Amino acid sequence: MAAVTASTAPAGRAPRLTARSRRRLSVLAFLAPWLVGFAMFFAYPLVATVYFSFTRYDLFTLEYTGLTNYRFLLGDEDAWRAMGNTLWLVAVMVPLRVLFGLGAAQLLVHVKRGGSLLRSVFYLPYLVPPVAATVAFVFVFNPGTGPLHTLTEAVGLPWPDWFNDPSWSKPGLTLLGLWAVGDVMVILLAALLDVPRPLYEAAEIDGAGPWQRFRHITLPTVAPVLAFAAVTGVIQTLQYFTQAMVAGKVAAGQSDQPGTQTAPGYPDGSTLTFPQWLYDEGFRQFNMGYACVLALVLFAVAMLFTMVLLRQFHAFADGEA
Amino acid sequence: MRTTRPGRAAAVLAATVLGLTAAACTAGRSEPGAGGPALGDRQTIQVWHGWSADHEVKGFEQAVDGFRRKHPNITVKVTGNQTDDQITNAIRGGGPPDVVASFTTDNLGQFCSSGAWQDLTPLLGRDGIDLNVFPKAVREYTQYKGKRCAMPLLADAYGLYYNKRLMKGHQPPRTMTELADLAKKLTVRNPDGTIKVAGFMPSVQYYEHTPQHVATQFGVRWLGDDGKAVFARDPAWKAYLKWSKDLLDWYGYDNAKRFMRSMGQEFEASNPFQKEKVAMAVDGEWRTKFIEKEAPGLDYGTAPAPVSDDRAAQYGSGFVLGTIMGVPRGARHSAAAWAFVKYLTTDTQALVTLANALGNVPSTLPALSSPDLKLPAQFGTFLDVFRHPGTTTSPSTPNGGDYLVKLQQFVQEQWEPGKVKDLDKALRDLDAKVDESLRLAGG
Repeated sequence: MAAVTASTAPAGRAPRLTARSRRRLSVLAFLAPWLVGFAMFFAYPLVATVYFSFTRYDLFTLEYTGLTNYRFLLGDEDAWRAMGNTLWLVAVMVPLRVLFGLGAAQLLVHVKRGGSLLRSVFYLPYLVPPVAATVAFVFVFNPGTGPLHTLTEAVGLPWPDWFNDPSWSKPGLTLLGLWAVGDVMVILLAALLDVPRPLYEAAEIDGAGPWQRFRHITLPTVAPVLAFAAVTGVIQTLQYFTQAMVAGKVAAGQSDQPGTQTAPGYPDGSTLTFPQWLYDEGFRQFNMGYACVLALVLFAVAMLFTMVLLRQFHAFADGEA
Repeated sequence: MRTTRPGRAAAVLAATVLGLTAAACTAGRSEPGAGGPALGDRQTIQVWHGWSADHEVKGFEQAVDGFRRKHPNITVKVTGNQTDDQITNAIRGGGPPDVVASFTTDNLGQFCSSGAWQDLTPLLGRDGIDLNVFPKAVREYTQYKGKRCAMPLLADAYGLYYNKRLMKGHQPPRTMTELADLAKKLTVRNPDGTIKVAGFMPSVQYYEHTPQHVATQFGVRWLGDDGKAVFARDPAWKAYLKWSKDLLDWYGYDNAKRFMRSMGQEFEASNPFQKEKVAMAVDGEWRTKFIEKEAPGLDYGTAPAPVSDDRAAQYGSGFVLGTIMGVPRGARHSAAAWAFVKYLTTDTQALVTLANALGNVPSTLPALSSPDLKLPAQFGTFLDVFRHPGTTTSPSTPNGGDYLVKLQQFVQEQWEPGKVKDLDKALRDLDAKVDESLRLAGG
């Protein structure tokens, strides 16, 4: 009996947790909300995307097709054209937006009167809904009926075809991006206002000119913010969709009537961005498996850009330090 | 086999993901007409359609009233402004409406092949519905590989609109040669050579002048019996392409582009036909309604679109397509849903009510002759095109009619600007591209 008692007693008690285990559980409990969110909204979609990329999936039926989707990508001219357009926008629009944002912020830092009014002027366009802004831009820039064309024609200046010309459509979108530069401008303005004044005063005493002060004080100090603007700009531009699609549709004179099937990217595929092609494959052509391949490519390119940019900015900041 | 802790965690995660994924891919299966309450039971059905304008929504409700009177035990809840994406999401979510309608007829291949819309063939047979009440082309665009998973609900027919004042006494052309000749005669140029009034703009970039609506008049085929593209194999394609390029080159490509850039929006009052900037245009029957509203003073007539010279006997035929209606898989009131679809798509009074309200062609042959049809005099052309035995449509594919988009892209980007040196080779390449995409989609 005694033996029975001796053997059952420890089993009835909960095992004691070591301090280390208790600490781990506490950490896990605090992390749990994030872990659940991460698993639901990142890990699961990512793993599912990889899985679907090996299938023919039309949103209802699913069939394993191995590497077929990946092989198709190699010969898909539209996908490569879309990637080319997107990389063009990344290479041109992102640096220009950062430079323009920095220039506007510098101007606002140094302006003596009417600073708040100018801040509003630069920031307000960013608040205009992208669809409305794009429609307005295409109409204003229209080479046939737009007011800007009428104005330039009156003074005898040439006027490109903008959104109707494959060579000018992406520059047109870039101008639209520069017009709505308020998001970049506002964070760079905050960064510029944060640069310690004594540094400028000391440099000035040492005989540093405006360019030297900007190059050796302003730039290194705001470098992390510039890196942030560049990285988020690249990621946003890799996902560039609404403005390009609306500009193409409006310039083509096609209202997006339900039931109509048209190739995206008017004129001549010049405004076809990678996310547009991804959407087209997934939701117009019902090739969701192939769309997943495109999504993974986009993910990989975004990761690559982010890593390279962060490395470059770290190297720059370290060098200056 | 022993696994490490991270290995076990990964296996559990993978199994969970695959389980969830498989569940997501198989939600909401049900058999046609089966499941849910019987037709005579008291119930409420949900109907989704895409019309959104006030007069359209009102017209739909009026057409549904007849069903309500016939089946007082069934409450019909109608939701307008629903897109294909919303319908697809509802089906995938397992809680679809009982009846759905789509404007995107080109998606029918996917609706049928994926089983997203139920096959209505057994129900049509059971209820003894004579499909001959629908013209051949309409029967064609509501089925895919023998599966009839939709019924036609009104149709769009295409014909030639002509401005009587700009025609200067000429009769509408009957052949493509006559059309090109007349287009040249009616074109008015500005002193600098730019186009002031175009007789007929052959470019595919001119709104409804897509290959679907114009090349059809050359008797083209789209896909062969083997399901592959026949742009290179069918000589009618070359005839169409050469005809359109010749006329476009007569205008001058840059001149034509310049004209098209300044001609306004298709579905607004600035439409160039309504603004008398073009003398003739191929358009859908709906334009009569737009003209009535936006350009009531326009003196215009309609006629069947001209045909290629070798097909003079086919004059009067044209291209048709239309809204489709069906029962999605997972519908909870299948019997009532089918009764509703059957009523709205075959009852003459319902179709006439809808046609009058929406300005579309009623989609059965008996409805075409209804004395209650109250549409403008110019509408008669489209009724005739619709009932013509030579009228055709474009075939369904599982990738949303992507071959149409690829063809249009080729004509717009390569052919019209004159970038194609060897048309045969270019068409063979186009065929290969279309076939490759069809293969990817399992077509």
